[in-house]
Amino acid sequence: MSEPRNTTRPSIGRPGISRAAEGLAKTIIIISGWTAIALLGAIAAYLFIESRSAISEVGLWSMISGELWYPTSKTAQYGFLPSETGTLWVAIVALMLCVPVGVASAVYISEFADKRIKDVYKSVIEFMAGIPSVVLGLIGLSLLAPWVRTTFGLDTGLTAFAAGLMVGVMCLPTIISIAEDALHAVPSELRMGSLALGNTRWQTTYRVTIPAASSGIFAAIMLGMGRAIGETMVVLMLAGNSGIIPNTPFLPARTLPGTIAGELGEVVRGGQHYSVLFAMGLVLFMVTFVINLAADSVLERQRRRWRR
Amino acid sequence: MSRSSRARKAEALAKTLLGMAALLALSAALGFIGYIFYRGAGYVDWAFLTQAPRKFMTEGGIYPVIVGTVYLTVWTALFALPVGIMAGIYLSEYAPRTVTTRIMRLAIANMAGVPSIVYGLFGVALFVIQMGFNRSIVAGALTLACMTLPVIITSTEEALRQIPTDLRHASLALGATKLRTIRKVILPVAGPGIITGSILGLSRAAGETAPILFTAVAFFAPIASGPLDETMALPYHLYIMATQSTKPAPNMVWGTAFVLVAGISMLNVVVAIWRSAQRRKIRW
Repeated sequence: MSEPRNTTRPSIGRPGISRAAEGLAKTIIIISGWTAIALLGAIAAYLFIESRSAISEVGLWSMISGELWYPTSKTAQYGFLPSETGTLWVAIVALMLCVPVGVASAVYISEFADKRIKDVYKSVIEFMAGIPSVVLGLIGLSLLAPWVRTTFGLDTGLTAFAAGLMVGVMCLPTIISIAEDALHAVPSELRMGSLALGNTRWQTTYRVTIPAASSGIFAAIMLGMGRAIGETMVVLMLAGNSGIIPNTPFLPARTLPGTIAGELGEVVRGGQHYSVLFAMGLVLFMVTFVINLAADSVLERQRRRWRR
Repeated sequence: MSRSSRARKAEALAKTLLGMAALLALSAALGFIGYIFYRGAGYVDWAFLTQAPRKFMTEGGIYPVIVGTVYLTVWTALFALPVGIMAGIYLSEYAPRTVTTRIMRLAIANMAGVPSIVYGLFGVALFVIQMGFNRSIVAGALTLACMTLPVIITSTEEALRQIPTDLRHASLALGATKLRTIRKVILPVAGPGIITGSILGLSRAAGETAPILFTAVAFFAPIASGPLDETMALPYHLYIMATQSTKPAPNMVWGTAFVLVAGISMLNVVVAIWRSAQRRKIRW
Protein backbone atom coordinates (compact mmCIF):
# COMPACT_ATOMS: atom_id res chain seq x y z
CA MET A 1 0.00 0.00 0.00
CA SER A 2 2.80 2.35 0.83
CA GLU A 3 4.75 1.06 -2.14
CA PRO A 4 5.64 4.06 -4.30
CA ARG A 5 3.56 4.10 -7.47
CA ASN A 6 6.33 4.93 -9.85
CA THR A 7 8.01 1.55 -9.54
CA THR A 8 5.49 0.26 -12.04
CA ARG A 9 5.78 3.28 -14.28
CA PRO A 10 8.57 2.17 -16.61
CA SER A 11 6.66 -0.85 -17.84
CA ILE A 12 3.65 1.23 -18.91
CA GLY A 13 5.22 4.50 -19.93
CA ARG A 14 7.04 4.96 -23.18
CA PRO A 15 10.79 5.49 -23.01
CA GLY A 16 11.85 9.10 -23.16
CA ILE A 17 12.88 8.95 -26.80
CA SER A 18 9.56 7.76 -28.09
CA ARG A 19 7.80 10.32 -25.96
CA ALA A 20 9.93 12.97 -27.62
CA ALA A 21 9.06 11.48 -31.00
CA GLU A 22 5.43 11.67 -30.04
CA GLY A 23 5.75 15.36 -29.25
CA LEU A 24 7.55 15.96 -32.52
CA ALA A 25 4.92 14.08 -34.50
CA LYS A 26 2.19 16.08 -32.86
CA THR A 27 3.97 19.31 -33.72
CA ILE A 28 4.35 18.24 -37.34
CA ILE A 29 0.66 17.33 -37.51
CA ILE A 30 -0.32 20.71 -36.10
CA ILE A 31 1.94 22.50 -38.57
CA SER A 32 0.40 20.51 -41.42
CA GLY A 33 -2.99 21.70 -40.29
CA TRP A 34 -1.88 25.23 -41.06
CA THR A 35 -0.65 24.53 -44.61
CA ALA A 36 -3.92 25.46 -46.29
CA ILE A 37 -3.96 28.88 -44.67
CA ALA A 38 -0.25 29.33 -45.32
CA LEU A 39 -0.57 28.32 -48.99
CA LEU A 40 -3.56 30.55 -49.60
CA GLY A 41 -1.63 33.41 -48.04
CA ALA A 42 1.44 32.57 -50.10
CA ILE A 43 -0.58 32.50 -53.33
CA ALA A 44 -1.98 35.95 -52.59
CA ALA A 45 1.44 37.25 -51.55
CA TYR A 46 3.29 35.96 -54.63
CA LEU A 47 0.63 37.19 -57.02
CA PHE A 48 0.89 40.58 -55.38
CA ILE A 49 4.69 40.66 -55.33
CA GLU A 50 4.96 39.71 -59.00
CA SER A 51 2.31 42.20 -60.06
CA ARG A 52 3.72 45.10 -58.02
CA SER A 53 5.62 46.68 -60.89
CA ALA A 54 2.53 46.49 -63.15
CA ILE A 55 0.38 48.04 -60.45
CA SER A 56 2.78 50.89 -59.85
CA GLU A 57 3.63 51.52 -63.52
CA VAL A 58 0.30 50.90 -65.23
CA GLY A 59 -2.07 51.20 -62.28
CA LEU A 60 -4.52 48.58 -61.11
CA TRP A 61 -7.63 50.54 -62.00
CA SER A 62 -6.43 51.54 -65.45
CA MET A 63 -5.75 47.86 -66.15
CA ILE A 64 -9.15 46.75 -64.87
CA SER A 65 -10.98 49.46 -66.78
CA GLY A 66 -8.73 49.66 -69.83
CA GLU A 67 -10.41 48.84 -73.13
CA LEU A 68 -7.38 47.99 -75.23
CA TRP A 69 -5.20 44.92 -74.96
CA TYR A 70 -2.08 45.40 -77.07
CA PRO A 71 0.59 43.95 -74.80
CA THR A 72 3.24 43.61 -77.48
CA SER A 73 2.93 46.87 -79.39
CA LYS A 74 5.51 49.60 -78.91
CA THR A 75 3.21 51.67 -76.72
CA ALA A 76 1.78 48.72 -74.93
CA GLN A 77 -1.85 48.84 -73.80
CA TYR A 78 -2.83 46.62 -70.92
CA GLY A 79 -6.60 46.90 -70.65
CA PHE A 80 -8.35 43.94 -69.07
CA LEU A 81 -11.83 44.78 -70.39
CA PRO A 82 -11.68 42.48 -73.45
CA SER A 83 -10.77 39.58 -71.18
CA GLU A 84 -13.26 40.57 -68.51
CA THR A 85 -16.11 40.83 -71.02
CA GLY A 86 -15.16 37.51 -72.55
CA THR A 87 -15.03 35.88 -69.13
CA LEU A 88 -18.45 37.29 -68.38
CA TRP A 89 -19.98 35.99 -71.62
CA VAL A 90 -18.50 32.55 -71.12
CA ALA A 91 -19.78 32.47 -67.55
CA ILE A 92 -23.26 33.67 -68.53
CA VAL A 93 -23.62 31.07 -71.29
CA ALA A 94 -22.23 28.39 -68.99
CA LEU A 95 -24.60 29.28 -66.16
CA MET A 96 -27.59 29.43 -68.49
CA LEU A 97 -26.84 25.84 -69.39
CA CYS A 98 -25.68 24.36 -66.12
CA VAL A 99 -27.97 26.05 -63.59
CA PRO A 100 -31.31 24.78 -64.94
CA VAL A 101 -29.96 21.41 -66.02
CA GLY A 102 -27.84 20.92 -62.91
CA VAL A 103 -30.43 21.97 -60.35
CA ALA A 104 -33.19 20.01 -62.10
CA SER A 105 -31.00 16.91 -62.22
CA ALA A 106 -30.18 17.28 -58.55
CA VAL A 107 -33.87 17.62 -57.66
CA TYR A 108 -34.74 14.59 -59.76
CA ILE A 109 -32.14 12.24 -58.31
CA SER A 110 -32.66 13.50 -54.78
CA GLU A 111 -36.46 13.55 -54.71
CA PHE A 112 -37.74 11.22 -57.42
CA ALA A 113 -35.15 8.60 -58.35
CA ASP A 114 -34.77 5.44 -56.30
CA LYS A 115 -31.56 4.71 -54.50
CA ARG A 116 -29.96 2.39 -57.06
CA ILE A 117 -30.44 4.85 -59.90
CA LYS A 118 -29.16 7.61 -57.68
CA ASP A 119 -25.95 5.74 -56.86
CA VAL A 120 -25.23 4.87 -60.49
CA TYR A 121 -26.07 8.41 -61.57
CA LYS A 122 -23.76 9.97 -59.04
CA SER A 123 -20.86 7.77 -60.00
CA VAL A 124 -21.30 8.55 -63.71
CA ILE A 125 -21.36 12.27 -62.91
CA GLU A 126 -18.31 11.82 -60.70
CA PHE A 127 -16.66 10.11 -63.64
CA MET A 128 -17.48 13.04 -65.88
CA ALA A 129 -15.88 15.39 -63.37
CA GLY A 130 -12.70 13.36 -63.83
CA ILE A 131 -12.41 13.93 -67.58
CA PRO A 132 -9.46 16.32 -68.01
CA SER A 133 -10.47 19.75 -69.27
CA VAL A 134 -8.02 19.52 -72.17
CA VAL A 135 -9.89 16.45 -73.44
CA LEU A 136 -13.19 18.33 -73.22
CA GLY A 137 -11.51 21.13 -75.13
CA LEU A 138 -10.54 18.65 -77.83
CA ILE A 139 -14.10 17.31 -78.04
CA GLY A 140 -15.29 20.90 -78.24
CA LEU A 141 -12.92 21.60 -81.13
CA SER A 142 -14.06 18.62 -83.13
CA LEU A 143 -17.80 18.58 -82.36
CA LEU A 144 -19.05 21.76 -80.72
CA ALA A 145 -17.21 24.47 -82.67
CA PRO A 146 -18.28 23.21 -86.12
CA TRP A 147 -21.83 22.78 -84.85
CA VAL A 148 -21.94 26.32 -83.47
CA ARG A 149 -20.52 27.70 -86.72
CA THR A 150 -23.07 26.06 -89.00
CA THR A 151 -26.08 26.39 -86.68
CA PHE A 152 -25.66 30.10 -86.08
CA GLY A 153 -24.11 30.90 -89.46
CA LEU A 154 -20.90 32.35 -88.05
CA ASP A 155 -17.50 32.86 -89.61
CA THR A 156 -15.92 30.76 -86.92
CA GLY A 157 -17.26 28.42 -84.29
CA LEU A 158 -14.54 29.41 -81.86
CA THR A 159 -16.63 31.83 -79.83
CA ALA A 160 -17.51 32.67 -76.27
CA PHE A 161 -20.73 30.77 -76.88
CA ALA A 162 -18.98 27.51 -77.80
CA ALA A 163 -16.59 27.84 -74.87
CA GLY A 164 -19.48 28.70 -72.55
CA LEU A 165 -21.44 25.61 -73.56
CA MET A 166 -18.49 23.36 -72.82
CA VAL A 167 -17.68 25.14 -69.58
CA GLY A 168 -21.34 24.77 -68.62
CA VAL A 169 -21.07 21.03 -69.07
CA MET A 170 -17.92 21.06 -66.95
CA CYS A 171 -19.73 22.86 -64.14
CA LEU A 172 -22.57 20.33 -64.10
CA PRO A 173 -20.88 17.86 -61.71
CA THR A 174 -20.13 20.66 -59.22
CA ILE A 175 -23.68 21.99 -59.24
CA ILE A 176 -25.36 18.58 -59.25
CA SER A 177 -23.36 17.16 -56.37
CA ILE A 178 -23.58 20.23 -54.10
CA ALA A 179 -27.25 20.91 -54.81
CA GLU A 180 -28.00 17.24 -54.24
CA ASP A 181 -26.18 17.36 -50.91
CA ALA A 182 -28.23 20.39 -49.93
CA LEU A 183 -31.51 18.68 -50.82
CA HIS A 184 -30.43 15.50 -49.08
CA ALA A 185 -29.65 17.43 -45.92
CA VAL A 186 -33.25 18.63 -45.57
CA PRO A 187 -34.73 16.59 -42.70
CA SER A 188 -37.21 14.02 -43.94
CA GLU A 189 -39.72 15.11 -41.28
CA LEU A 190 -40.37 18.20 -43.36
CA ARG A 191 -41.21 16.11 -46.41
CA MET A 192 -43.28 13.68 -44.35
CA GLY A 193 -45.22 16.52 -42.82
CA SER A 194 -46.04 17.97 -46.20
CA LEU A 195 -46.99 14.61 -47.70
CA ALA A 196 -49.17 13.86 -44.69
CA LEU A 197 -51.09 17.06 -45.34
CA GLY A 198 -52.05 15.65 -48.70
CA ASN A 199 -49.52 17.37 -50.95
CA THR A 200 -48.15 15.48 -53.91
CA ARG A 201 -44.46 14.79 -54.15
CA TRP A 202 -43.88 17.62 -56.58
CA GLN A 203 -45.84 20.07 -54.42
CA THR A 204 -43.75 18.96 -51.46
CA THR A 205 -40.59 19.36 -53.48
CA TYR A 206 -41.13 22.87 -54.73
CA ARG A 207 -43.00 24.27 -51.73
CA VAL A 208 -41.04 22.62 -48.93
CA THR A 209 -37.86 20.86 -49.92
CA ILE A 210 -36.45 23.32 -52.44
CA PRO A 211 -37.12 26.40 -50.24
CA ALA A 212 -35.53 24.59 -47.32
CA ALA A 213 -32.46 23.76 -49.39
CA SER A 214 -32.41 27.08 -51.22
CA SER A 215 -29.27 28.43 -49.62
CA GLY A 216 -27.36 25.25 -50.43
CA ILE A 217 -28.61 25.37 -54.01
CA PHE A 218 -27.56 28.99 -54.18
CA ALA A 219 -24.10 28.03 -52.93
CA ALA A 220 -23.92 25.31 -55.59
CA ILE A 221 -24.65 27.90 -58.27
CA MET A 222 -22.01 30.23 -56.83
CA LEU A 223 -19.39 27.48 -56.84
CA GLY A 224 -20.36 26.59 -60.40
CA MET A 225 -19.88 30.21 -61.33
CA GLY A 226 -16.46 30.23 -59.67
CA ARG A 227 -15.47 27.25 -61.76
CA ALA A 228 -16.83 28.85 -64.93
CA ILE A 229 -14.82 32.01 -64.34
CA GLY A 230 -11.62 30.15 -63.56
CA GLU A 231 -11.74 27.44 -66.21
CA THR A 232 -8.65 27.71 -68.36
CA MET A 233 -7.98 25.04 -70.96
CA VAL A 234 -11.47 24.80 -72.45
CA VAL A 235 -11.70 28.54 -73.04
CA LEU A 236 -8.13 28.71 -74.30
CA MET A 237 -9.00 26.10 -76.91
CA LEU A 238 -12.58 27.13 -77.76
CA ALA A 239 -13.13 30.86 -77.16
CA GLY A 240 -11.09 32.09 -80.11
CA ASN A 241 -8.82 34.44 -78.12
CA SER A 242 -9.63 37.61 -79.99
CA GLY A 243 -8.42 40.90 -78.58
CA ILE A 244 -11.57 42.94 -79.13
CA ILE A 245 -14.37 43.49 -76.65
CA PRO A 246 -17.13 41.10 -77.74
CA ASN A 247 -20.62 42.62 -77.88
CA THR A 248 -22.34 39.27 -78.15
CA PRO A 249 -21.33 35.76 -77.08
CA PHE A 250 -21.26 34.77 -80.75
CA LEU A 251 -17.92 36.47 -81.32
CA PRO A 252 -14.43 35.18 -80.66
CA ALA A 253 -13.39 36.27 -77.20
CA ARG A 254 -10.66 35.87 -74.66
CA THR A 255 -11.01 35.31 -70.95
CA LEU A 256 -8.81 36.18 -67.98
CA PRO A 257 -7.50 32.62 -67.45
CA GLY A 258 -7.18 32.07 -71.20
CA THR A 259 -5.12 35.23 -71.64
CA ILE A 260 -2.76 34.26 -68.83
CA ALA A 261 -2.36 30.72 -70.11
CA GLY A 262 -1.93 31.85 -73.69
CA GLU A 263 0.63 34.55 -73.11
CA LEU A 264 2.71 33.72 -70.06
CA GLY A 265 4.83 31.35 -72.12
CA GLU A 266 5.92 34.11 -74.49
CA VAL A 267 6.76 36.94 -72.12
CA VAL A 268 10.11 38.02 -70.73
CA ARG A 269 10.47 36.95 -67.14
CA GLY A 270 10.23 39.96 -64.88
CA GLY A 271 9.17 42.26 -67.74
CA GLN A 272 6.13 44.51 -67.73
CA HIS A 273 3.88 42.16 -69.71
CA TYR A 274 4.83 39.38 -67.31
CA SER A 275 3.92 41.51 -64.34
CA VAL A 276 0.64 42.55 -65.95
CA LEU A 277 -0.30 38.89 -66.42
CA PHE A 278 0.29 38.37 -62.70
CA ALA A 279 -1.93 41.36 -61.99
CA MET A 280 -4.57 39.66 -64.11
CA GLY A 281 -4.06 36.54 -62.03
CA LEU A 282 -4.47 38.63 -58.89
CA VAL A 283 -7.79 40.02 -60.14
CA LEU A 284 -8.94 36.50 -61.06
CA PHE A 285 -7.85 35.18 -57.68
CA MET A 286 -9.68 37.91 -55.78
CA VAL A 287 -12.89 37.44 -57.76
CA THR A 288 -12.97 33.67 -57.27
CA PHE A 289 -11.91 34.09 -53.64
CA VAL A 290 -14.90 36.30 -52.89
CA ILE A 291 -17.26 33.95 -54.74
CA ASN A 292 -15.94 30.89 -52.92
CA LEU A 293 -16.02 32.62 -49.57
CA ALA A 294 -19.62 33.70 -50.08
CA ALA A 295 -20.67 30.23 -51.22
CA ASP A 296 -18.89 28.62 -48.31
CA SER A 297 -20.42 30.82 -45.65
CA VAL A 298 -23.88 30.16 -47.11
CA LEU A 299 -23.17 26.42 -47.02
CA GLU A 300 -21.92 26.63 -43.47
CA ARG A 301 -25.03 28.44 -42.32
CA GLN A 302 -27.20 25.81 -43.96
CA ARG A 303 -25.18 23.05 -42.33
CA ARG A 304 -25.65 24.62 -38.93
CA ARG A 305 -29.36 25.02 -39.52
CA TRP A 306 -30.02 21.32 -40.03
CA ARG A 307 -27.52 20.05 -37.51
CA ARG A 308 -29.15 18.17 -34.70
CA MET B 1 -61.40 16.62 -57.68
CA SER B 2 -60.24 18.89 -60.47
CA ARG B 3 -57.64 20.37 -58.18
CA SER B 4 -56.17 17.02 -57.35
CA SER B 5 -56.16 15.94 -60.97
CA ARG B 6 -54.39 19.14 -61.85
CA ALA B 7 -51.87 18.43 -59.14
CA ARG B 8 -51.37 14.96 -60.53
CA LYS B 9 -50.79 16.37 -64.00
CA ALA B 10 -48.32 18.90 -62.61
CA GLU B 11 -46.58 16.09 -60.81
CA ALA B 12 -46.22 14.04 -63.99
CA LEU B 13 -45.04 17.05 -65.99
CA ALA B 14 -42.51 18.08 -63.36
CA LYS B 15 -41.20 14.58 -63.04
CA THR B 16 -40.78 14.29 -66.81
CA LEU B 17 -38.99 17.62 -67.13
CA LEU B 18 -36.66 16.96 -64.22
CA GLY B 19 -35.98 13.49 -65.51
CA MET B 20 -35.15 14.90 -68.93
CA ALA B 21 -32.65 17.30 -67.38
CA ALA B 22 -31.07 14.47 -65.45
CA LEU B 23 -30.94 12.40 -68.62
CA LEU B 24 -29.32 15.27 -70.50
CA ALA B 25 -26.50 15.54 -67.97
CA LEU B 26 -26.10 11.78 -67.97
CA SER B 27 -25.99 11.53 -71.74
CA ALA B 28 -23.41 14.33 -71.92
CA ALA B 29 -21.19 12.36 -69.55
CA LEU B 30 -21.69 9.05 -71.35
CA GLY B 31 -21.52 10.71 -74.76
CA PHE B 32 -18.13 12.26 -74.08
CA ILE B 33 -16.69 9.04 -72.76
CA GLY B 34 -18.12 7.10 -75.68
CA TYR B 35 -16.84 9.63 -78.20
CA ILE B 36 -13.30 9.51 -76.87
CA PHE B 37 -13.44 5.73 -76.97
CA TYR B 38 -14.87 5.77 -80.50
CA ARG B 39 -12.27 8.17 -81.87
CA GLY B 40 -9.24 7.01 -79.96
CA ALA B 41 -9.42 3.35 -79.07
CA GLY B 42 -8.67 2.11 -82.58
CA TYR B 43 -5.33 3.88 -82.74
CA VAL B 44 -3.96 2.55 -79.51
CA ASP B 45 -1.85 -0.53 -79.82
CA TRP B 46 1.28 -1.84 -78.20
CA ALA B 47 3.58 0.16 -80.46
CA PHE B 48 1.70 3.38 -79.66
CA LEU B 49 2.27 2.85 -75.96
CA THR B 50 5.91 1.80 -76.16
CA GLN B 51 7.49 3.87 -78.94
CA ALA B 52 8.77 7.40 -79.00
CA PRO B 53 7.13 9.90 -81.35
CA ARG B 54 8.65 10.29 -84.81
CA LYS B 55 8.44 12.84 -87.64
CA PHE B 56 7.25 15.81 -85.56
CA MET B 57 4.70 13.77 -83.63
CA THR B 58 2.89 12.53 -86.68
CA GLU B 59 4.05 8.94 -86.30
CA GLY B 60 5.26 6.57 -83.69
CA GLY B 61 3.99 6.40 -80.15
CA ILE B 62 3.75 8.39 -76.97
CA TYR B 63 5.88 6.36 -74.60
CA PRO B 64 7.97 9.27 -73.23
CA VAL B 65 4.81 11.32 -72.78
CA ILE B 66 3.20 8.60 -70.67
CA VAL B 67 6.37 8.23 -68.61
CA GLY B 68 6.43 12.00 -68.07
CA THR B 69 2.89 12.03 -66.71
CA VAL B 70 3.66 9.08 -64.45
CA TYR B 71 6.75 10.87 -63.10
CA LEU B 72 4.80 14.06 -62.48
CA THR B 73 2.00 12.22 -60.72
CA VAL B 74 4.31 10.17 -58.51
CA TRP B 75 6.22 13.25 -57.44
CA THR B 76 2.96 15.06 -56.81
CA ALA B 77 1.90 12.19 -54.56
CA LEU B 78 5.22 12.32 -52.71
CA PHE B 79 4.74 16.01 -51.96
CA ALA B 80 1.01 16.11 -51.35
CA LEU B 81 0.23 12.88 -49.50
CA PRO B 82 2.25 13.33 -46.29
CA VAL B 83 1.19 16.92 -45.73
CA GLY B 84 -2.39 16.36 -46.83
CA ILE B 85 -2.94 13.27 -44.69
CA MET B 86 -1.39 14.90 -41.64
CA ALA B 87 -3.51 17.99 -42.12
CA GLY B 88 -6.56 15.76 -42.34
CA ILE B 89 -5.53 13.99 -39.14
CA TYR B 90 -5.11 17.35 -37.47
CA LEU B 91 -8.57 18.53 -38.45
CA SER B 92 -10.27 15.33 -37.42
CA GLU B 93 -8.34 14.38 -34.27
CA TYR B 94 -6.66 17.45 -32.84
CA ALA B 95 -8.33 20.63 -34.02
CA PRO B 96 -10.24 22.42 -31.29
CA ARG B 97 -13.65 23.85 -32.11
CA THR B 98 -12.45 27.39 -32.43
CA VAL B 99 -12.57 30.23 -34.88
CA THR B 100 -9.07 29.32 -36.06
CA THR B 101 -10.21 25.85 -37.06
CA ARG B 102 -13.17 27.33 -38.83
CA ILE B 103 -10.81 29.60 -40.79
CA MET B 104 -8.64 26.59 -41.62
CA ARG B 105 -11.63 24.79 -43.09
CA LEU B 106 -12.61 27.90 -44.97
CA ALA B 107 -9.10 28.14 -46.40
CA ILE B 108 -9.20 24.51 -47.53
CA ALA B 109 -12.59 24.91 -49.18
CA ASN B 110 -11.37 28.09 -50.81
CA MET B 111 -8.18 26.48 -52.09
CA ALA B 112 -10.30 23.94 -53.93
CA GLY B 113 -11.92 26.80 -55.82
CA VAL B 114 -8.78 28.68 -56.85
CA PRO B 115 -8.50 28.50 -60.67
CA SER B 116 -5.86 26.11 -61.92
CA ILE B 117 -4.09 28.83 -63.89
CA VAL B 118 -3.61 30.81 -60.68
CA TYR B 119 -1.78 27.79 -59.26
CA GLY B 120 0.29 27.89 -62.42
CA LEU B 121 1.22 31.53 -61.80
CA PHE B 122 2.02 30.76 -58.17
CA GLY B 123 4.20 27.84 -59.25
CA VAL B 124 6.12 30.06 -61.66
CA ALA B 125 6.73 32.72 -59.05
CA LEU B 126 7.64 30.46 -56.15
CA PHE B 127 8.96 27.14 -57.44
CA VAL B 128 10.33 28.02 -60.87
CA ILE B 129 11.89 31.40 -60.09
CA GLN B 130 12.24 31.93 -56.36
CA MET B 131 13.33 28.40 -55.48
CA GLY B 132 15.26 28.06 -58.72
CA PHE B 133 13.84 24.73 -59.87
CA ASN B 134 13.27 26.15 -63.38
CA ARG B 135 10.93 24.18 -65.59
CA SER B 136 11.20 20.78 -64.01
CA ILE B 137 9.29 17.81 -62.72
CA VAL B 138 9.81 19.07 -59.16
CA ALA B 139 8.41 22.52 -59.87
CA GLY B 140 5.41 21.07 -61.73
CA ALA B 141 4.77 18.42 -59.09
CA LEU B 142 4.92 20.97 -56.28
CA THR B 143 2.40 23.13 -58.15
CA LEU B 144 0.12 20.16 -58.72
CA ALA B 145 0.56 19.14 -55.08
CA CYS B 146 -0.71 22.53 -53.89
CA MET B 147 -3.74 22.05 -56.09
CA THR B 148 -4.40 18.50 -54.92
CA LEU B 149 -3.95 19.21 -51.20
CA PRO B 150 -7.54 20.27 -50.46
CA VAL B 151 -8.87 17.04 -52.00
CA ILE B 152 -6.50 14.90 -49.94
CA ILE B 153 -7.17 16.83 -46.72
CA THR B 154 -10.93 16.64 -47.14
CA SER B 155 -11.03 12.97 -47.99
CA THR B 156 -8.68 12.09 -45.12
CA GLU B 157 -10.79 14.03 -42.68
CA GLU B 158 -13.98 12.42 -43.95
CA ALA B 159 -12.49 8.93 -43.74
CA LEU B 160 -11.36 9.56 -40.16
CA ARG B 161 -14.71 10.96 -39.14
CA GLN B 162 -16.49 7.81 -40.19
CA ILE B 163 -14.67 5.81 -37.54
CA PRO B 164 -16.79 5.36 -34.42
CA THR B 165 -15.55 7.26 -31.37
CA ASP B 166 -15.84 4.05 -29.31
CA LEU B 167 -12.86 2.66 -31.13
CA ARG B 168 -10.76 5.66 -30.13
CA HIS B 169 -11.96 5.49 -26.55
CA ALA B 170 -11.26 1.76 -26.34
CA SER B 171 -7.71 2.28 -27.48
CA LEU B 172 -7.15 5.22 -25.14
CA ALA B 173 -8.66 3.26 -22.24
CA LEU B 174 -6.09 0.53 -22.82
CA GLY B 175 -3.43 3.12 -22.13
CA ALA B 176 -2.38 3.90 -25.68
CA THR B 177 -1.40 7.49 -26.30
CA LYS B 178 -3.31 9.57 -28.78
CA LEU B 179 -0.65 9.24 -31.45
CA ARG B 180 -0.42 5.49 -30.94
CA THR B 181 -4.18 5.26 -31.24
CA ILE B 182 -4.04 7.14 -34.51
CA ARG B 183 -1.19 5.04 -35.85
CA LYS B 184 -2.30 1.60 -34.76
CA VAL B 185 -6.09 1.83 -34.65
CA ILE B 186 -7.46 4.69 -36.67
CA LEU B 187 -5.19 4.85 -39.71
CA PRO B 188 -5.40 1.12 -40.50
CA VAL B 189 -9.20 1.31 -40.48
CA ALA B 190 -9.42 4.62 -42.31
CA GLY B 191 -6.64 3.71 -44.77
CA PRO B 192 -8.80 2.57 -47.68
CA GLY B 193 -10.93 5.70 -47.50
CA ILE B 194 -7.91 7.96 -47.36
CA ILE B 195 -6.19 6.20 -50.24
CA THR B 196 -9.30 6.21 -52.42
CA GLY B 197 -9.84 9.92 -51.95
CA SER B 198 -6.19 10.71 -52.47
CA ILE B 199 -5.93 8.73 -55.68
CA LEU B 200 -9.05 10.43 -57.00
CA GLY B 201 -7.34 13.74 -56.31
CA LEU B 202 -4.08 12.62 -57.86
CA SER B 203 -5.80 11.33 -60.97
CA ARG B 204 -7.34 14.77 -61.42
CA ALA B 205 -3.85 16.25 -61.07
CA ALA B 206 -2.56 13.87 -63.75
CA GLY B 207 -5.05 15.35 -66.21
CA GLU B 208 -4.39 19.00 -65.41
CA THR B 209 -2.75 21.19 -68.01
CA ALA B 210 -2.79 24.78 -66.78
CA PRO B 211 -0.66 24.32 -63.63
CA ILE B 212 2.15 22.54 -65.48
CA LEU B 213 2.01 24.69 -68.59
CA PHE B 214 4.80 26.98 -67.36
CA THR B 215 6.29 24.95 -64.55
CA ALA B 216 7.18 21.55 -65.94
CA VAL B 217 6.43 20.68 -69.53
CA ALA B 218 8.03 20.91 -72.91
CA PHE B 219 6.49 19.75 -76.15
CA PHE B 220 9.55 17.76 -76.91
CA ALA B 221 11.91 16.51 -74.24
CA PRO B 222 13.73 13.26 -73.71
CA ILE B 223 12.65 11.04 -70.84
CA ALA B 224 13.72 12.87 -67.71
CA SER B 225 16.84 11.52 -66.05
CA GLY B 226 16.11 13.27 -62.78
CA PRO B 227 13.44 15.33 -61.05
CA LEU B 228 15.09 18.58 -62.11
CA ASP B 229 14.62 17.91 -65.83
CA GLU B 230 11.67 19.15 -67.82
CA THR B 231 9.32 16.56 -69.14
CA MET B 232 6.59 15.77 -71.60
CA ALA B 233 3.11 15.15 -70.24
CA LEU B 234 -0.09 13.77 -71.74
CA PRO B 235 -2.42 16.75 -71.18
CA TYR B 236 0.05 19.28 -72.52
CA HIS B 237 0.98 17.06 -75.44
CA LEU B 238 -2.68 16.78 -76.28
CA TYR B 239 -3.20 20.53 -76.02
CA ILE B 240 -0.34 21.33 -78.36
CA MET B 241 -1.26 18.68 -80.88
CA ALA B 242 -4.90 19.75 -80.87
CA THR B 243 -4.26 23.45 -81.29
CA GLN B 244 -0.84 24.26 -82.61
CA SER B 245 0.67 21.54 -84.68
CA THR B 246 0.78 22.45 -88.34
CA LYS B 247 -0.19 19.04 -89.59
CA PRO B 248 -2.39 17.37 -87.03
CA ALA B 249 -2.38 13.61 -87.13
CA PRO B 250 -5.75 12.47 -85.82
CA ASN B 251 -4.45 9.13 -84.71
CA MET B 252 -1.89 10.78 -82.43
CA VAL B 253 -4.35 13.32 -81.03
CA TRP B 254 -7.22 10.94 -80.31
CA GLY B 255 -4.93 8.13 -79.28
CA THR B 256 -3.37 10.42 -76.69
CA ALA B 257 -6.78 11.58 -75.47
CA PHE B 258 -7.89 7.97 -75.15
CA VAL B 259 -4.78 6.96 -73.24
CA LEU B 260 -5.20 9.87 -70.84
CA VAL B 261 -8.88 9.23 -70.13
CA ALA B 262 -8.48 5.45 -70.03
CA GLY B 263 -5.52 5.71 -67.67
CA ILE B 264 -7.40 7.98 -65.27
CA SER B 265 -10.55 5.88 -65.36
CA MET B 266 -8.70 2.62 -64.90
CA LEU B 267 -7.00 4.05 -61.85
CA ASN B 268 -10.37 5.10 -60.45
CA VAL B 269 -12.09 1.80 -61.19
CA VAL B 270 -9.28 -0.26 -59.67
CA VAL B 271 -9.32 1.88 -56.56
CA ALA B 272 -13.12 1.69 -56.27
CA ILE B 273 -13.06 -2.11 -56.52
CA TRP B 274 -10.25 -2.36 -53.99
CA ARG B 275 -12.10 -0.02 -51.67
CA SER B 276 -15.31 -2.00 -51.66
CA ALA B 277 -13.31 -5.19 -51.06
CA GLN B 278 -11.65 -3.52 -48.08
CA ARG B 279 -14.96 -2.24 -46.82
CA ARG B 280 -16.38 -5.73 -46.66
CA LYS B 281 -13.55 -6.75 -44.35
CA ILE B 282 -14.38 -4.22 -41.66
CA ARG B 283 -17.79 -4.14 -40.07
CA TRP B 284 -19.27 -2.65 -37.00
